[in-house]
Amino acid sequence: MALLGLLDREPSHGYDLKRDYDTFFSRGKPLPFGQVYATLGRLVRDGKIVVGEVEPGVGPERKRYVITERGATEVDSWLTEPVEAEPNLQTVLFTKVVLALMLGRPAEEYLDRQRAAHLRRMKELTDIRRGGDLVDTLLADHGLFHLEADLHWIDTTVARLDALREAVTRR
Amino acid sequence: MKAVEARDVVLNFGETPALRGASVAVAPGEIVAIMGPSGSGKSTLLHCLAGILVPDAGEIHFDGHRIDTLSEGQRSALRRDQFGFVFQFGQLVPELTAEENVALPLLLGGVKRAAALREARPWFARLGLDGLEQRRSGELSGGQAQRVALARGLVARPGALFADEPTGALDSLTGEQVMELLVSSARDQGTTVVLVTHDARVAAYADRQVIVRDGRVNALVHS
Repeated sequence: MALLGLLDREPSHGYDLKRDYDTFFSRGKPLPFGQVYATLGRLVRDGKIVVGEVEPGVGPERKRYVITERGATEVDSWLTEPVEAEPNLQTVLFTKVVLALMLGRPAEEYLDRQRAAHLRRMKELTDIRRGGDLVDTLLADHGLFHLEADLHWIDTTVARLDALREAVTRR
Repeated sequence: MKAVEARDVVLNFGETPALRGASVAVAPGEIVAIMGPSGSGKSTLLHCLAGILVPDAGEIHFDGHRIDTLSEGQRSALRRDQFGFVFQFGQLVPELTAEENVALPLLLGGVKRAAALREARPWFARLGLDGLEQRRSGELSGGQAQRVALARGLVARPGALFADEPTGALDSLTGEQVMELLVSSARDQGTTVVLVTHDARVAAYADRQVIVRDGRVNALVHS
């Protein structure tokens, strides 16, 4: 959907689309070219974009992709739909804690390790944030707030571990 | 750059144990965040490291020297000459201007007034406080007051800066500006920083985080 959205801005080539996608949406994890062209092929097949004029050049011919009315309508509708509110109630984190308690394993040690992993990732994101522009900052903030919420949950769970152990082993 | 270390520190407040064998070593120039739940002993540990409290057992070292065995007067001189402090609520002296507040550690260290103010002034531009030199603490916003407090903590180029919830009274954006300035200024000067915070976003500015729980430093959580 992000590629389709970028084409709603203006017609573009595969290479430029990948560059814009990597800049705005995929920091540190570039989109493979293969995936870009596979997605564009699917969007053409579904009638959401068409191939415009082909520009001859020194290298391979460059196809220019143009969004169709159908594609633009889909972007409009997607931008107004809220995403499903995350997280759902059954996270891996939660499952690990409950299972550890049920099996008599050291849940607190697991939570401590998880906290360390979260803090390490928060440090990485803070470093990205400190050295970056506003797009980097907002992207890092999104990750930081989610990790922070997990940490609150970890702290609350550690404080209630004895009661939780009793609740899950009693059933 | 100077190292700070607590070794097996025990401290009781009357019958109540606050620290039960807490150990933490902060390398020269390192920035370490001490985290932990309320009542875990994290501020007590900071106060021991900073020579404010004397442990019942265990050792505190600064720059390779044991400081918990020093007299009250010697520790007081050490705090004045080698340590900088930032607290949750700036704790500026309300009768003094912002500029005089920043210069205070130098004045207390015997530097002449004109020279102390000369040292203090560049901090206002450095921390985005231009034009506020003559304001008193009541005329500063929370973020401004905390930046003045940070300048005061660093003006004498201390070997170590101790910060207890330095952003605790600020909104998150202002708090992050203060942390950014704290970290970059400390790095510029090579100051070792020990920071107590309950806020993981603040702790993420540090090189390393440790967790205090039930009066001990949790060894698993070094990241």
